[in-house]
Amino acid sequence: MFTKATLTKAIQLISLGSVLALLSVSAMAKAPLNPQQKGLQIAKAADAKDTGFGDSTANMIMILKNRAGKTSRRIIRIKTLEVKGDGDKSLSLFDQPQDVKGTAMLTFSHGLKPDDQWLYLPALKRVKRINSRNKSGPFMGSEFAFEDLGSQEVEKYRYKFLRTEKCANGWTCNVIERIPAYKYSGYSKQLVWLDTKEYRPVKVMFYDRKNALLKTLTASGFKQYLGRYWRPTSMSMVNHQTGKSTILQWSNYKFRTGLTSRDFNKKAIAR
Amino acid sequence: MLKQFSYMVVKFRWLFLLLALSTIVITAMGAKYLHFNNDYHIFFKPDDPRVVAFEDLQNTYTKNDNVLMLLAPKDGKVFTRKTLKAIEDITERAWQTPYSIRVDSLSNYQHSESVEDDMSVANLYEDARNLSASDLQRIKKIAVNEPLLLHRLISEKAHVTAVNITMEFPKVIKDEKGNEMIADPTRQVSEVVASVRALKQYINKTYPDIKVYLSGIVMMNNAFGEATIYDMSHLLPVAILLILVTVFLLLRSFTGTFTTLVVITTSVVVAFGMAGWLGIELSSPVMSAPIIIMTLAVADCVHLLSTWITEMREGKDKLEAMQDSLRINFMPVFLTSLTTAVGFLSLNTSDSPPFRDLGNVAAMGVVAAFLFSIFLLPAMATILPVRVKQRETRTLTFMSGFAEATIKYRKALLIGMSTLAIVLIALVPKNELNDVFVKYFDKRIEFRSDTDFIVNNLTGVYYIDYSIKTKNSGDIANPEVLAKIKKFSDWLQQQPEVIHVNTITDTFTRLNRNMHGDDPAWYKLPDSRELAAQYLLLYEMSLPFGLDLNNQIDIDKKSTRITVTLKTLSTQEVLAFEKRVNQWMTDNIPELKAMGASPTIMFAHIGMKNIISMLSGTTIALVLISLILVIALRSWRYGLLSLIPNLVPAGMAFGIWALVNGEIGLALSVVTAMTLGIVVDDTIHFLSKYLRARREKGLNAEDAVRYAFSTVGIALWVTSVALIAGFLVLATSSFKLNSGMGLLTAIVIAIALLVDFLLLPPLLMTLDKWLSKPESVGQLRHNAVVQGAK
Repeated sequence: MFTKATLTKAIQLISLGSVLALLSVSAMAKAPLNPQQKGLQIAKAADAKDTGFGDSTANMIMILKNRAGKTSRRIIRIKTLEVKGDGDKSLSLFDQPQDVKGTAMLTFSHGLKPDDQWLYLPALKRVKRINSRNKSGPFMGSEFAFEDLGSQEVEKYRYKFLRTEKCANGWTCNVIERIPAYKYSGYSKQLVWLDTKEYRPVKVMFYDRKNALLKTLTASGFKQYLGRYWRPTSMSMVNHQTGKSTILQWSNYKFRTGLTSRDFNKKAIAR
Repeated sequence: MLKQFSYMVVKFRWLFLLLALSTIVITAMGAKYLHFNNDYHIFFKPDDPRVVAFEDLQNTYTKNDNVLMLLAPKDGKVFTRKTLKAIEDITERAWQTPYSIRVDSLSNYQHSESVEDDMSVANLYEDARNLSASDLQRIKKIAVNEPLLLHRLISEKAHVTAVNITMEFPKVIKDEKGNEMIADPTRQVSEVVASVRALKQYINKTYPDIKVYLSGIVMMNNAFGEATIYDMSHLLPVAILLILVTVFLLLRSFTGTFTTLVVITTSVVVAFGMAGWLGIELSSPVMSAPIIIMTLAVADCVHLLSTWITEMREGKDKLEAMQDSLRINFMPVFLTSLTTAVGFLSLNTSDSPPFRDLGNVAAMGVVAAFLFSIFLLPAMATILPVRVKQRETRTLTFMSGFAEATIKYRKALLIGMSTLAIVLIALVPKNELNDVFVKYFDKRIEFRSDTDFIVNNLTGVYYIDYSIKTKNSGDIANPEVLAKIKKFSDWLQQQPEVIHVNTITDTFTRLNRNMHGDDPAWYKLPDSRELAAQYLLLYEMSLPFGLDLNNQIDIDKKSTRITVTLKTLSTQEVLAFEKRVNQWMTDNIPELKAMGASPTIMFAHIGMKNIISMLSGTTIALVLISLILVIALRSWRYGLLSLIPNLVPAGMAFGIWALVNGEIGLALSVVTAMTLGIVVDDTIHFLSKYLRARREKGLNAEDAVRYAFSTVGIALWVTSVALIAGFLVLATSSFKLNSGMGLLTAIVIAIALLVDFLLLPPLLMTLDKWLSKPESVGQLRHNAVVQGAK
């Protein structure tokens, strides 16, 4: 699950090459697409834009905050491997809290099938499989659910283009509604703001199963890597119902570090 | 001066009518700011340390606001395909409840078990229709043996189950344009209640074999509103009818009765309009004010109108008769209104804000009733047509007989009444403090009967939370800490009051067993900190939306919440339990000691806190009212003596209360202060007439008693009966805080009348020598208030 790449994709979910984007725009000019088609088009474009990064590594600090304003910190290193034709593979190494240091989580994300997930517990010196149908649960007690962080394959949602409007940083964003196709999703829908130029996911609003606004994710400090891939340096998730929030701070992004699938198996995480 | 005043009031009656009407309209416009608050928190001061502790806890863990929906299949069997399927459906639908953040039921209980050396965490069951008989057996066995479920979501006999819906009510809401506004908690509660009742209806229709009972904090909050609505629609009409019939029987005049109706209703309207302007929130206690104000306002009207009608019967025309009535009654009505208002205002020392509001609203109503009696009533009564038959008033013979009896048997009465008073007052300590908030509602309110059923069949609604705080983050996984928490939980489990203990140690022991192939030998706490932390991480990673561990553990894994569900206990028992727990913690886990927090604890302490805070209020009211009496009667000695008929009734009434009920609490703690201002009215009337006879007419004590009885005896009798009737109507309230207050107040007023008739006269005659000694009352002389009125 959950490498910076999957992550951004996750949040982001788009990326076509600019050519493709242009194509789609020109296509639209010819025969106007209905909102569903246009939404899907944008999603595909965003996905395409993020393909080809190969692999990446990054460091993440997670800061949890509860209603009383108390905070708690987790530190995680994340490696991601792009998999053609399936969801990405990711490896998360926990450095903090101290009690779970050395714990590692391996995720093979898939489209509509439940992800495969394993956890290595150093205290037990064993790798345990997690039944990950429950993607809707919180990740390490944070406001991020697995499904918010996991690889965002295009087929995981049904899309609907809503409008184009001004958004953060003076950008212009396409606002897309996406409805999870996954049966066990915790959400009824999400609204995503993607900037029209680079498909950076600036904001996501999550609606719970009773269709009430649950959380808002805002991403900021986007930086471009390899002249193509955009990643945010900060992601803030606010839960409107509980008043709790979580901030992810990303640093040390590296791309095409030479990781292979051998670095993403049960043996690898037990090392 | 009063003569002139009365003349003006009657002469410019149209002007005063107009003034009164415009005042009513202007103040009534404040009603648009009124809104009802049904949150139980309003009973507590926000800085109350137990409230602070509870709020702190609510901010650290998932909140406690909930609806508990009990499902009782008619065949008494939960573990059938039919019922289990219904639970799945209901659970899914429960997620649609507004503001819900968590739904707990048998079907979504996250059962963990060892599967091929891995830990599986999944719903206890799915797709109930396809379960085999052995599946049903297995599920049942898991459920009734799971400490997290037994006595919480499943009964021991497996005959009832529950779906618990947890809500989180936002304090600020955003409208569609993104503007923030303060949320209305009462509306939020109504939305939730409407939704769960619709769900209940759906269940009744779809699964006719399942009976539904609703309880929980949200339903309790809603009950405050429903009890009030019930009272408003049932009690208020009865009170008004009763008042009208009494007044008509007494005055035999339509005009008089109609005028009274206008005065009492406008007094209520003005009181609540003012409450609106002042930003006072409506609550169940405040909503007892209409009946109280009306009842008290009647007395003013009756005094003025009965004199007016009597004067007319004696042949005066209606304007002249009204002038006379105003002149004669102004001072007594002013004084009694003043003392009554002072009594109500003393409620401002109450520790519980709704009772302060009640005091202020009632005081405003009393003042309004006074003003309308003086300015509106004369205008209305004289403008409307009136017919009076000239006839002799009867019943005087009865009163003079009464007077003779008290004079004749004064010694016996003095001894008898004193003994009775002493005996009854000695019984006061027999009263026990009890604020069982479930029993605030009587069985006419659905919440009460549903809650009773739930308590009898499944679980308790009383609970105490202990937030165990450790030193360092992550310490919850420390084996030493866990061992202590387990010891504490086990000890709690053994206490006779305890139904259920929700503790994280149960999760740890279960996980440890799961990680060892479900071997029962491993059903114990993990022995290393890292192991425990990593089990927890693994488990947390496997939980679905809304079923996370934040209801038990804080984000820093530094503190954990232990929830103890209790039987419905009396306040004494709760306090005893709390004390025992504190002692155990001091003796066994001093470094983890935590303060118990919950509505149960808050209500357990509110009665005593309020009694203590009301002591000062009662004292202030007593001093002020006694001073008013001293000034009115122009005598320190009579003022001192008046303490007896003013204070003794409340004492005796609490003695009687010990015999008939024996439970006092939040509401009754305000009765003494409140009634002080009411019972003093009788004393004022009786003593002022008695003194007039002694001082002006030069009569001796015995004749003065005769005079007092003959002049005010009937009026006291009638007004007391009216007051008692009014408060007895309140005593039938479905809301115990109001009904108890009504009943006890009625008792106090009845005893006050008894004391004024049977104890005060013998006292006056016996102490006459001391009382009639000359006093230096020079500085009081110019305050010839009462005297001047006559």
